Amino acid sequence: MSEPILEVTDLRRLFDVSKPWLERVVAREPRQLLTAVDEVSFTINKGETFALVGESGSGKSTVAKMVVGLLGPSGGRVRFAGVPEGQRPRPGMVQMIFQDPYASLNPRWRVADIIAEPMIVTGTRKDAASRAARVAELLTLVGLSPKDGDKYPHQFSGGQRQRIAIARALSSEPEFIVCDEPTSALDVSVQAQILNLMRELQERLGLTYLFISHNLAVVRHMAHRIGVMYLGRLVEVQESDALFLAPKHPYTRLLIDAVPNLAEIGRDRVPVQGEVPSPINPPSGCTFHPRCPIAMPVCSRERPAFRDGAACHALAPQTVAAE
Amino acid sequence: MTEKPVLEVKGLTLDFATRRGTLRALDGVSFTIGRGEVLGVVGESGAGKSLTGTAIIGLVERPGRITGGEIRLNGQRIDNLPPKEMRAIRGRKIGMIFQDPLTSLNPVFRIGDQLTETLQAHLPLSKAEARQRAIELLIEVGIPAPEKRIDGYPHEFSGGMRQRVVIALALAAGPDLIIADEPTTALDVSVQAQIITLLKRLCRTRGTSVMLITHDMGVIAETADRVAVMYAGRIAEIGPVADVIRHPRHPYARGLMGAIPALDTRVKRLTQISGSMPRLDSIPKGCAFQPRCTMAIPRCSLERPELVQAGASRAACWLTNAETEVPA
Repeated sequence: MSEPILEVTDLRRLFDVSKPWLERVVAREPRQLLTAVDEVSFTINKGETFALVGESGSGKSTVAKMVVGLLGPSGGRVRFAGVPEGQRPRPGMVQMIFQDPYASLNPRWRVADIIAEPMIVTGTRKDAASRAARVAELLTLVGLSPKDGDKYPHQFSGGQRQRIAIARALSSEPEFIVCDEPTSALDVSVQAQILNLMRELQERLGLTYLFISHNLAVVRHMAHRIGVMYLGRLVEVQESDALFLAPKHPYTRLLIDAVPNLAEIGRDRVPVQGEVPSPINPPSGCTFHPRCPIAMPVCSRERPAFRDGAACHALAPQTVAAE
Repeated sequence: MTEKPVLEVKGLTLDFATRRGTLRALDGVSFTIGRGEVLGVVGESGAGKSLTGTAIIGLVERPGRITGGEIRLNGQRIDNLPPKEMRAIRGRKIGMIFQDPLTSLNPVFRIGDQLTETLQAHLPLSKAEARQRAIELLIEVGIPAPEKRIDGYPHEFSGGMRQRVVIALALAAGPDLIIADEPTTALDVSVQAQIITLLKRLCRTRGTSVMLITHDMGVIAETADRVAVMYAGRIAEIGPVADVIRHPRHPYARGLMGAIPALDTRVKRLTQISGSMPRLDSIPKGCAFQPRCTMAIPRCSLERPELVQAGASRAACWLTNAETEVPA
């Protein structure tokens, strides 16, 4: 259980958001770079669910895309266990489930073809008969009927489409699945079905998930360990229970506090002011300091180091003493 | 409640005439909202919650048509008013807040122009007075440096700030009722918390009633006084927020509460309701929830249950209905 399957070290990704070349040269403006992900390091162990949470613009989806290889990193490494340095894992070992099941399935293909395609691409099953058998097996596994393979995606509801997307992801026999907001487009009762299915599949097939979500309650339900991201940086990584019981970073505390909770009926609260700043022009030092309730002078000057599961000046005793 | 309710909806029925026959999108929806009360309306997509709001403000688009029931605002019937009279009510007596603040503001007009236009359309104010009033409104909704920001365009505002402007617009003419349709769905959680707090504070100080439409039960728990759970165009259960959340009576409401992952506890499995909500053209006979219900009795597929008292709430379920003999 404790053997790592993925190691991400100092991952960094820049995006060029400058104006078109000619316009930029005429206006004598420098190139403008946006740091979407910076200094992100974590490991994921075999069979566990590691979640990344954060608000929009925190870089969690960019990390997901770099892990599956849809985006190249600008710095740092993504390394899977047993894969030599600088190489990608075997085709089909890493799969992805996307947020919008209406956009991620080809509307002109039959469901059986959609699910069989990864087997053809990765060459795991060469003959059509064994592929068809496997498709039927997968459809049953995700709670659909083998007969559904003849239908088209538009004949299914959102939840059923997400089941098809899961079956497709499983068809290349992956060990690692990146799930980017897999239930955000679904209604709660359907979300519960999909989350239950994903946990069942994990237990049965020994899958490892990297689970991306902005919904803390969903993450709490799914993840063993959680990483909290803010403006492209990882601010805290902890075991799920510990994170919710005793959050270390003030941003994590803010996030947990901001979630409307069924248990607190009619609660009046004092929300934290301000919004996530633009990643093009992030604040100096610790990027959270303008919104932080416990910010010290050092926070606006220096970037805090990631130590003992969190990146915050207030957690380092020497800094607190010096202030 | 001795005071007359601000809004009274009785047996509201809304049909869509299509080529394949008439689809009933709302079926006998009845509820009231008292003065200063926040009624939450929850349900999954297609349950008819937004449509109820649209029907109240008289913005149902063809081929949709109100075919039954009535809507009363302060005792006056408003569902059969001619468009011109309805326009005078919309914005003046009923304010609206929609989900996406970017589409509910006109991108080519300054914030100030949009606010003063609304103010002048409903209240007898001069241009200068309206501008002054607009600045006051922006202060009220917590926009920093309102004297400067009033001349800004919507794209210069962040998502949360835009939604504040939309709230200012909805409150501009001092309405009795605000219909807020998913006001925080497009926002990040930390900003959502700010907007909920703001909306709650403003309505409390002004005594404005709110119909809060959302799919997020957590938002309802924190904001609403009473909640209506909608399913397939009908109200399944309505009652005080604490009762509906802690002791839901209707099996659908119960399933819904169990399906929501909680922050403080981690369960092995979430309650799941199998299947999905029926399409409008195939709503089953009797109780609309019956095919997905684990507790259905024969009567459920024959007769449609009406809302009857069940504890502090009212539920439309044969099992909570006193006249049903529940087999032991």
